[in-house]
Amino acid sequence: MEGWDPNTKTTLTQIPLLSTKAGPRDGAAWTQRLKEEYKSLIAYTQMNKSKDNDWFRISAANPEGTRWTGKCWYVHNLLKYEFDLQFDIPVTYPSTAPEIELPELDGKTHKMYRGGKICLTVHFKPLWAKNCPRFGIAHALCLGLAPWLAAEVPILVDSGMIKHKDDAASSSES
Amino acid sequence: MEVELKEMLDELETLKRSLPDPSHYTTIDKLRLHVEHLTNLAKSAPVRRSKVKDMSAEVVDSNPYSRLMALQRMGIVENYERIREFSVAIVGIGGVGSVAAEMLTRCGIGRLLLYDYDKVELANMNRLFFRPEQVGMTKTDAAVQTLSEINPDVVLESYTLNITTVQGFETFMKSLTNKSFCPSKEGSGVDLVLSCVDNYEARMVVNQACNELNQTWMESGVSEDAVSGHIQLLIPGETACFACAPPLVVASGVDERTLKREGVCAASLPTTMGVVAGLLVQNTLKFLLKFGYVSPYLGYNSLKDFFPTMEMKPNPQCSNVACLERQKEYILAKPARDAAAKAKMEADASSTTECPLHDDNEWNISVVDDSVPDRKDARSSDALPEGLIHELPSADEFQKLPASEASATATDDLEDLRRQLEALNG
Repeated sequence: MEGWDPNTKTTLTQIPLLSTKAGPRDGAAWTQRLKEEYKSLIAYTQMNKSKDNDWFRISAANPEGTRWTGKCWYVHNLLKYEFDLQFDIPVTYPSTAPEIELPELDGKTHKMYRGGKICLTVHFKPLWAKNCPRFGIAHALCLGLAPWLAAEVPILVDSGMIKHKDDAASSSES
Repeated sequence: MEVELKEMLDELETLKRSLPDPSHYTTIDKLRLHVEHLTNLAKSAPVRRSKVKDMSAEVVDSNPYSRLMALQRMGIVENYERIREFSVAIVGIGGVGSVAAEMLTRCGIGRLLLYDYDKVELANMNRLFFRPEQVGMTKTDAAVQTLSEINPDVVLESYTLNITTVQGFETFMKSLTNKSFCPSKEGSGVDLVLSCVDNYEARMVVNQACNELNQTWMESGVSEDAVSGHIQLLIPGETACFACAPPLVVASGVDERTLKREGVCAASLPTTMGVVAGLLVQNTLKFLLKFGYVSPYLGYNSLKDFFPTMEMKPNPQCSNVACLERQKEYILAKPARDAAAKAKMEADASSTTECPLHDDNEWNISVVDDSVPDRKDARSSDALPEGLIHELPSADEFQKLPASEASATATDDLEDLRRQLEALNG
């Protein structure tokens, strides 16, 4: 965990850890895991709200809890940039982490795999593997997606690859 | 096509004869000229070869298998034609997988199952196999197009799906167990699975499927700096599975940044990928047709032209449950394996005249079976001579986290939890 800012570290320690090692093909054990996922997501969201650092919405897109969709946003120069967020729970979960996708940014940055999967290889995958099965979706968002947004959104904005929705609207009107 | 054009000519002729009014004759003649021109064009168009019923060893220009069947005459392969009974599944039709598929197709493999969810892009053109005009097609469709033209004898099945998703995995498993191609075959519906994917997640999925199905598979990979690669044979229970050893970054705790350069765009070379595909298919042919030595692991370092080999035993503490089950089965089957090996040795011995290898044995040297680690020895080796210590701690049990009391008291209904999160989302 060297190289992580103290803020992220304190946040991380407050997200409840999970204990059931089960994937979507494990029946009742998966339901148990899903409950733990919900608990840690609820705790993380509540914590973000209480610290005025709310930055994502996520909910299961199917009853089995194998597909998740939502939104995430990042504030840069006092402007809010919002993106659709989605991922599947892989069959080998939690041995392998979910591959978080921001489909709107597909092709706009090279820190991304095909289909808008953000690159987690360096900063996140080793941490995930070391902490299996204790990390869950909330940890993936906190340690995977949040640092990616913090690193990439300013570059994308400054290079003009993405525009704020107000700017985009006004420039298309003129 | 030629047949249809000929019919058209005949019909034009009948039409001309049946017309009472000769004023239309010139138009019909013009039409006939067009059709004749088309017939000539059709004749010059490339012809697709028809299917071949039996592989022949006859040395003629028109026999697509003469050079392969010559392997029998040269004493390399006992029965080459058996290749038509085999099914091989290739997961990932990229730089390595597509070339491996072409090699097996040209070798006349019985059936190929192709899995990929990607499309062909111009950025793939530095590799072999795919052509610029195929850009935009799915890799599986483009591969089937090319491969069926090269060899129509091969049965091709294409699956455009992502095997890491729950749904994709189900289809993947079902396709591997389908035995309609060769109903008499034991085990699953395929003889070998080749993993030619480019990421850890997909490899873990292939590993999971093969461990569950007790399916032998081969893994391949090219480093992202494009100058080295490897192939590995994985027999569930007998050799290490892909999850038996953790990835280097996890095991060693080294700084990941020293292993991975910034940015996602990996380098690739058609040469390295071609070499790795060649090594992979060569090992596949040796495994299927039973000739030579099947490498358990073969590395390729192109900068030094170094080809390391090694063997890896399965990890008795592997995190994959199916792997542990296969390991147990493998140990239980040892007496049967030994009996079979003994019977084979006796059969071999009876065919050759017996004579002692050495007349005397002054030092009482005897050969012992070292295929199974001697448990007693392993324990006694824990005692080290004075002054020496083990570098690594001995394996310990996974530390169980104390069950949190909070979870016991808090709500435990899934629907309730879902509503709680939705309320926060609102």
